[in-house]
Amino acid sequence: MPPVEQLPSGPSGSRAVDGSSGAAGGRVPVSEASASLCRATEDPVWARRLIIGVATGFLGIFLIVPLVSVFAEALNQGVGLYFAAITDPEALSAIRLTLLTAAIAVPLNLVFGLAASWAITRFEFHGKNLLTTLIDLPFAVSPVIAGMIYVLMFGAHGWFGGWLMEHNIRIIFAVPGIVLATTFVTFPFVARELIPVMEASGTDEELAAITLGATGWQTFYRITLPKVKWGLLYGVIICNARAMGEFGAVSVVSGHIRGLTNTMPLYVEILYNDYNFTASFAVASLLTALALVTLVAKRVIGGKVEHPRLPTVAGDGVEREAA
Amino acid sequence: MAGMIRTTRRVLPGFGLTMGYTLAYLSLIALIPLSTILLKTEGMGWVRFWHVVLSPRVIAAYKLSIGASLIAAAINSVFGFIVAWTLSRYEFPGKGALDALVDLPFALPTSVAGITLTSIYAQNGIIGRLFVPFGIKIAFAPLGIVVALTFIGLPFVVRTVQPVLQELEAELEEAAATLGATRLQTFRRVIGPAMLPALITGFALAFARALGEYGSVVFISGNMPMHTEVVPLLIMTRLEEFDYQGATAIALVMLVLSFTMLFGINLLQRWSASRYAAG
Repeated sequence: MPPVEQLPSGPSGSRAVDGSSGAAGGRVPVSEASASLCRATEDPVWARRLIIGVATGFLGIFLIVPLVSVFAEALNQGVGLYFAAITDPEALSAIRLTLLTAAIAVPLNLVFGLAASWAITRFEFHGKNLLTTLIDLPFAVSPVIAGMIYVLMFGAHGWFGGWLMEHNIRIIFAVPGIVLATTFVTFPFVARELIPVMEASGTDEELAAITLGATGWQTFYRITLPKVKWGLLYGVIICNARAMGEFGAVSVVSGHIRGLTNTMPLYVEILYNDYNFTASFAVASLLTALALVTLVAKRVIGGKVEHPRLPTVAGDGVEREAA
Repeated sequence: MAGMIRTTRRVLPGFGLTMGYTLAYLSLIALIPLSTILLKTEGMGWVRFWHVVLSPRVIAAYKLSIGASLIAAAINSVFGFIVAWTLSRYEFPGKGALDALVDLPFALPTSVAGITLTSIYAQNGIIGRLFVPFGIKIAFAPLGIVVALTFIGLPFVVRTVQPVLQELEAELEEAAATLGATRLQTFRRVIGPAMLPALITGFALAFARALGEYGSVVFISGNMPMHTEVVPLLIMTRLEEFDYQGATAIALVMLVLSFTMLFGINLLQRWSASRYAAG
């Protein structure tokens, strides 16, 4: 993209600047000469109002109404019942299991993300595109199928079912299955975020470090990690949100044993199916609060990550570099 | 230059370690478990496979899943474009918050989305009750599935189109205007064609996501076989009946469909990226 200073670019001065885009820098204000151009390249006021109205109306109905109604439903029987619902022993055990699952799945996928992005961005090899596509695999697999494949492997009638039974190891309808399914669903997130960031950061500093005698690990800790830390954190936050919120895949492998294999999203379902709506929405409100925190963190950290973004199947707005 | 790059690759360490780890992890977590689907369906034989995947209940589920996903993706394409346009072109109070909120459907667990949308669109819900006088039932009807899938797919079109709209050079529109184009002509002949790849990509992403969606749909659909039963739910039902072969056969058809979509999306994004770079 050519530098903006070349031309008094009319509409761009008044054009909205998105907080997350780093390209906002050098826009020049509208100059008088381009005032008529400006009229010709800007939408008429009535059209602008109509478009803003439709957009905010659509987002209002589809995002704000649900958001408000989660908290309204959660609190409509009073604060006492709300706190009773979220401090119920079953609720607490669901919260613990959700935290435990994320505490295992996220670090696993963090290490995977680092390894995959190092291999993909630092070296040339055949099948690189295939590997990058394979990392997207979970996005093309329905969550139900993601859970099912582990049932086929480790369930009572699965490949290893007999062996596991003999050794009295439970994976399906137990915590390990939940962790596995969650790990599968969330493994692309850190890698997808890191690959474009590492690609954009280049290898000059790493090469300098190596030639000056640093070891591979030193180079990684001292040079690469500081360069990509915001991208890494961004990926971890999204990965964590999905790990804590995964429902479909976990639903297949959990067996819904109360107090034992219920994560928070599953517990929401159970309460709802028991017609215990207030308690269900109370637990749901915690997950909603987590989602809101994630959105704020995404926005804050997203502004610090500088690389071209295009959405992916994951929707977290990351794509290989366009150029 | 090429020589330099090749040296670079040789100097940096860790290829064997990271590549080995990546492949091992991918195989253990994804490839080997996914291969169970192929092996399981191979064991059932063609006759039984086709019998399962072409039974009326399964066909009805495909039709519903594909139809509802297409409608939802179409709704998202129209409104997503308008939202992306608004967020990238106009200033108004509360814009930053709205922009951040667009990602809510990614961050919100699908079961939370499911129960919330159901409570809103049920006959006594705040939106559902508005449609009761017209005899329109949203929750527990196919329409409810479309609503849930629209919610789930909402960010895709917005987030695909928005960056392209922002990067679209003002000079293009100015040139069109100086050459005498009206605003509508500029939109149709200049902005529209430039946006098309991103719009199609967004549509495909929203569709692919909707096709596999389970959590938000299971609450609002009512889950009546032949009527409001989507494919992921049918797979779930078969699993609960311990009909693993039936479940895997249906899953295989879904996977083939999804992988074709993923492949198509990848091609589209490359096409879109090259146009984007050239533009």
